[in-house]
Amino acid sequence: MSEQIKNILLVGVGGQGILLASEILSEAAMLAGFDVKKSEIHGMSQRGGCVVSHVRYGTEVFSPIVPEGEGDILFGFELMETVRALPLLKPGGSVVANDLQISPPSVLMGQVSYPEGLTGRIRAQFTDFLLVDGQKMASDAGNVRAANTVLLGAVSKRLDIAEEFWVKALEKMVPLKALDINKCAFRMGREL
Amino acid sequence: MKEILSGNEAIARGAYEAGCLVACAYPGTPSTEILENTIAYKEINSSWAPNEKVALEVAIGASFGGGRALCTMKHVGVNVAADPLFTVSYTGVRGGLVLVVADDPEMHSSQNEQDSRNYAKFAKVPMLEPSDSQECKEFTRLAFDLSEQYDTPVMLRSSTRISHGKSIVELGERVTGLPLPKLEKNPAKLVMLPGNAKVRHPLVEQNLVALSKAGATMALNRMELRDKSIGVITAGICYQYVREVLPNASTLKLGMVHPLPRNLILEFAAKVDKLYVIEELDPFIEEQVKAMGIAAIGKDITSLCGELTPGRLRSAFGLPQPAVIPADDLPGRPPNMCPGCPHRGVFFSLNQLKAYVTGDIGCYTLGFMPPLSAMDTCVCMGASIGMATGVTKVVSDTEKKRVVAVIGDSTFLHTGINGLMDMVYNNSPATVIILDNSITAMTGRQDNPASGFTLMDVPTNAIDIPLLCKAVGVKNIRVINPLDLEETKRVISEEMERSEPSVIITNKPCVLIKRDDVFHKGPVYAVDADKCTGCRACLKIGCPAIEWRPAEDGSKKGKAHIDPLLCTGCDVCRQLCKFDAIGSVK
Repeated sequence: MSEQIKNILLVGVGGQGILLASEILSEAAMLAGFDVKKSEIHGMSQRGGCVVSHVRYGTEVFSPIVPEGEGDILFGFELMETVRALPLLKPGGSVVANDLQISPPSVLMGQVSYPEGLTGRIRAQFTDFLLVDGQKMASDAGNVRAANTVLLGAVSKRLDIAEEFWVKALEKMVPLKALDINKCAFRMGREL
Repeated sequence: MKEILSGNEAIARGAYEAGCLVACAYPGTPSTEILENTIAYKEINSSWAPNEKVALEVAIGASFGGGRALCTMKHVGVNVAADPLFTVSYTGVRGGLVLVVADDPEMHSSQNEQDSRNYAKFAKVPMLEPSDSQECKEFTRLAFDLSEQYDTPVMLRSSTRISHGKSIVELGERVTGLPLPKLEKNPAKLVMLPGNAKVRHPLVEQNLVALSKAGATMALNRMELRDKSIGVITAGICYQYVREVLPNASTLKLGMVHPLPRNLILEFAAKVDKLYVIEELDPFIEEQVKAMGIAAIGKDITSLCGELTPGRLRSAFGLPQPAVIPADDLPGRPPNMCPGCPHRGVFFSLNQLKAYVTGDIGCYTLGFMPPLSAMDTCVCMGASIGMATGVTKVVSDTEKKRVVAVIGDSTFLHTGINGLMDMVYNNSPATVIILDNSITAMTGRQDNPASGFTLMDVPTNAIDIPLLCKAVGVKNIRVINPLDLEETKRVISEEMERSEPSVIITNKPCVLIKRDDVFHKGPVYAVDADKCTGCRACLKIGCPAIEWRPAEDGSKKGKAHIDPLLCTGCDVCRQLCKFDAIGSVK
């Protein structure tokens, strides 16, 4: 049964817009006719902590959280959080990550350094690894804040949901004034 | 029509469809968003109460007046609301009365992980437990019907994974034709004096027996027979994990976890070879199943602590686990106070003054974290002031001066005010700091009786906190700007020296308040690299906008850097710099 379920993990730091990205993904999956479940933790994590959002879709989904080691796609908004979530991914899974580092408190205070060699660690274990300079591409599209949408476009290429449903989901979830830029950012991500 | 809704959104929708007229709550993760969604339905009068006890009493009143009423809270809120709960189970209802309680197994945002199902049994109130958002909506509707049918309040138990999980929900229409609320006297039922309560109690017991019998045929309790070698009794989110991990096992899915449908459980147990009970936290169902004389495996294989996950359930049944790539060598990312948070300077000062700080529940509980490290106790909402009074009753006169209670505006009005009455009444020498940031911040910026707005965003009276403290009898009340470190430290120090009760109130708002003209961002600050000596003094406030950057030549000396996107211009770091290296960017 689990073969029919797609498991996507969206990870990063509180305030990065992870919840909106996972809402768009869930909406697109529902529009495509799938059963969808999604789960994440709110509350304390809003204050700069880690955020992990789970999205699962398929014919019939039971658990709203991705069973450990069964993730198909890891969508990382921040590098260290991407590596922290690798244990959730299955061997041969895909990683689409934003090339962005956000220092945690211990690094800010100079107690430890931000870990080096993170992309090498991902590449060593996952052959389908796409590292995206989301900020740069989004500013090319017209607004640096559309970085998540660029990555979402790249993730969408790895999922069996037709483009029309993604566009409908964007139209529903993104405010009208930012819609054109986000559609453009999404298409740029899809072409990566 | 179908929509993807969170459990909390679906509960709000269910209340709407059930014809609910009143919804009342005190915010608490993971329950908060229910009332933030009932406000979308103009037919429901939604409001924040100062605490969960008042919230339940408001809902009880609405029910007694003949309207359907919803009350929501997090698990620990039921401790506060327990007093009315245990007696409204005797009075019963007029309009349907539903109490939603959201548990937090794993303590994602809580100080304990108490299992609220025990309250249903203890208070003798039926409890429903949904497994996804569709059931959240349906069970909420059903709870109102059962409440009126059986003349009892009904509890609906959620958990973090249900409340904050999202799934597809088929929307329905709001019921019509419910009786219009109007006053109706019925003292024998609603005045719980011994003579009346003695008549009501046996009715409650009869009700539970009747509900247990009816539960055997209710659609929400569902027997699903598959492979009969393994049978699992389960409820709530655990049902989803059981279906995920043991897709072929037979299940008895309980939608009503109190009272249990005894006959259905006996029937199911007789049909399967080996019986398991899978539930998070306490062996609530398991113990009752065993008391029926049925052999079952439950807490022998699952933990009493934390939440279940598909992986943990796999381990419990000895199923193979996928190989996991380790990633535990990375620096942690604990939550932190926001850049510009007005609490930061207060905790920095308390640390410097070596105060013994009795803490409370809110964003400021993060004052416990290094480098501020200025919180010594935290037990429950409103406890800081009572604890401070208690500490001063036993320690030496010198140590008494070090005792300081910290409490937020919303928590102070929740249950802290009673502690202050006691402090003045019994003349404790401790110091209280009310961290008034004009909002209930930690749960996501909800209004409260001192913020000047209602949940429906209507301007209203804002409690004058200094005046309230004066009315309680506090003689020494100081209002300070917590972003002024010199003033903050001096005033706290002076009040700590005083041998009678004193209250210090900070007056800067939460930086996340979205309402216009509340929080004002100042000019962004920057570090002058020529003046920065790398002394690290500015790092001692733990501001997320300040980063230590090692020198580029690899020598030990590094320098501070301020992230202009995060800085709010609060000015606190500038006051710490002895070398005049930090200033606002012109």
